Amino acid sequence: MPVFYGTEVASRLMLGTAQYPSPAVLESAFRRSGAGVATVSLRRESAGDGGGGDNGDGGNAFWTLIRSLGVHVLPNTAGCHSAREAITTARMAREVFETDWIKLEVIGHADTLQPDPFGLLEAAKHLAGDGFRVFPYTTEDGVLAGRLLDAGCEVLMPWGAPIGTGRGLNNLYGLRTLRAQFPDVPMVIDAGLGLPSHAAQAMELGFDAVLLNTAVARAGDPAAMAEGFARATEAGRLGLDADPMPPRDMAAPSTPVLGLPVL
Amino acid sequence: MTGRFTILGAGVVGLAVATELAARGATADVFDPKTEPGGHQCSWWAGGMLAPFCEGETAEPVVVRLGREAADWWQAAGVPVIRRGSLVVTPDRDARELDRFARRTTGHRWLDAEALAETEPALAGRFSRALHFPDEAHLTPREALRALHGRLSVRRAPPNGGRMTGPTLDCRGLAARDALPDLRGVRGEMAVLRCPAFTLTRPVRLLHPRCPLYVVPHGGGVFMLGATQIESDHRGPATLRSVMELLGAAYALDPALAEAEVQELGADARPAFPDNLPRIRQRGQTTYVNGLFRHGFLLAPALARRAADLVLDGRKSEVVE
Repeated sequence: MPVFYGTEVASRLMLGTAQYPSPAVLESAFRRSGAGVATVSLRRESAGDGGGGDNGDGGNAFWTLIRSLGVHVLPNTAGCHSAREAITTARMAREVFETDWIKLEVIGHADTLQPDPFGLLEAAKHLAGDGFRVFPYTTEDGVLAGRLLDAGCEVLMPWGAPIGTGRGLNNLYGLRTLRAQFPDVPMVIDAGLGLPSHAAQAMELGFDAVLLNTAVARAGDPAAMAEGFARATEAGRLGLDADPMPPRDMAAPSTPVLGLPVL
Repeated sequence: MTGRFTILGAGVVGLAVATELAARGATADVFDPKTEPGGHQCSWWAGGMLAPFCEGETAEPVVVRLGREAADWWQAAGVPVIRRGSLVVTPDRDARELDRFARRTTGHRWLDAEALAETEPALAGRFSRALHFPDEAHLTPREALRALHGRLSVRRAPPNGGRMTGPTLDCRGLAARDALPDLRGVRGEMAVLRCPAFTLTRPVRLLHPRCPLYVVPHGGGVFMLGATQIESDHRGPATLRSVMELLGAAYALDPALAEAEVQELGADARPAFPDNLPRIRQRGQTTYVNGLFRHGFLLAPALARRAADLVLDGRKSEVVE
């Protein structure tokens, strides 16, 4: 199983926690899939009245539920459009979620939600220097990947396709090249997956894990879709480890020829 | 069996429960921290859509089933209910969202651009197709709260929620978290617009991958825009981001809304259980009716009936634990 910053996680499937029909459905998606990491967004899901709100006790029920899943929590800086904003959010997340893991997202374009490579690098340097374990959400650009590693990142999260589009792996060549360029760096395909087959494909390319949210949360049956992704992830990884055959141009019969009568 | 009951909470659930009990010959004494309906209750910020079929997109079938009782109940309770159905549209770029919505719901028919223009002229030329849910309805929540409130005796709750004696129906919403630890808040933010130049005769939902929106006409050129859904029990004012998303989506629905006056921005936290389904829970002399989530006006009638069945006749139903 993949190891991120010295911590082994239980599954190659990582799930987001937004947009589910209910927390109960979210919980069953995690239970059925065995996903090992949950991403949480500070902005939208955790700011609460804490212990001292209008309603007396309680704290934040949603956060309590996430903790009860017993998985690693990976806070993110979703929706941040500048390095400064991402750094501030990361610091708040460290306090709220009590972890130095941070999925660093710095958005460069409001419509495509494409990462801002310059802001990302700046924020990654800063946060790594501040003791964070940074999981940068990046493109398949190998030069940027190298700079992020130089900045102190030990994990990379290249996109499959823009966030929430469900389009699968948009740039197979680019992703394959990135994998080959940094064979020993744990890499997670993050964002853009829509179908279990996309996850299998990411595994077959040699990526260590996949992270997705919308494809599961917005499915008609999120728990079933989560299980589908979990199985596809396993299937893809088995295929990779089994040393797959190379594609060939020439057809070759695969039925054994035994004792055909010679007429 | 009839009798005397204490109702805690004069939000939509408490008022509906009290109204139902009174209609069946029981006496209902309602207590609330305030003696008039207002912004301290999350019911105050509701949209008032009675749209069980649309809610079926994400809600469990029981919500659809129970929600179908709502329009008749409200009408019988003397609240004006507008029964013109509701519409669901999407920008052409996201056309497949509408197909998905249609797949996951029932009780609708497709309208093409021409039929849409005929059905809801304000939306003419804006969308190439729409879903019409003809059996849905809507009401104006504050009018409904006042109507029920006016016929009941609502007194200020005793200090420290002082111990009540006798059979009690606890309908305090999120405030009942002291007794129902599995209850959580789901924050919602809304805006009230006034735009007399824009005429809608039924609620419209705009599906959008990032900023879904509904607009409910409340008469007199007033519209309610809603609503965000955030996993948080924070009850403070609406945030700039949420307001921007709501207003931006409204503008996408029709640029004519650009000239609307923003009359109010509101926010509160809805009470919900982990599966977002309502429950009636009995403990000793107290019956809790809670967890109506975003379906307060839609489900309060059915829950009020089930609660009355339980406390008057001992009859249990699927929402009783």
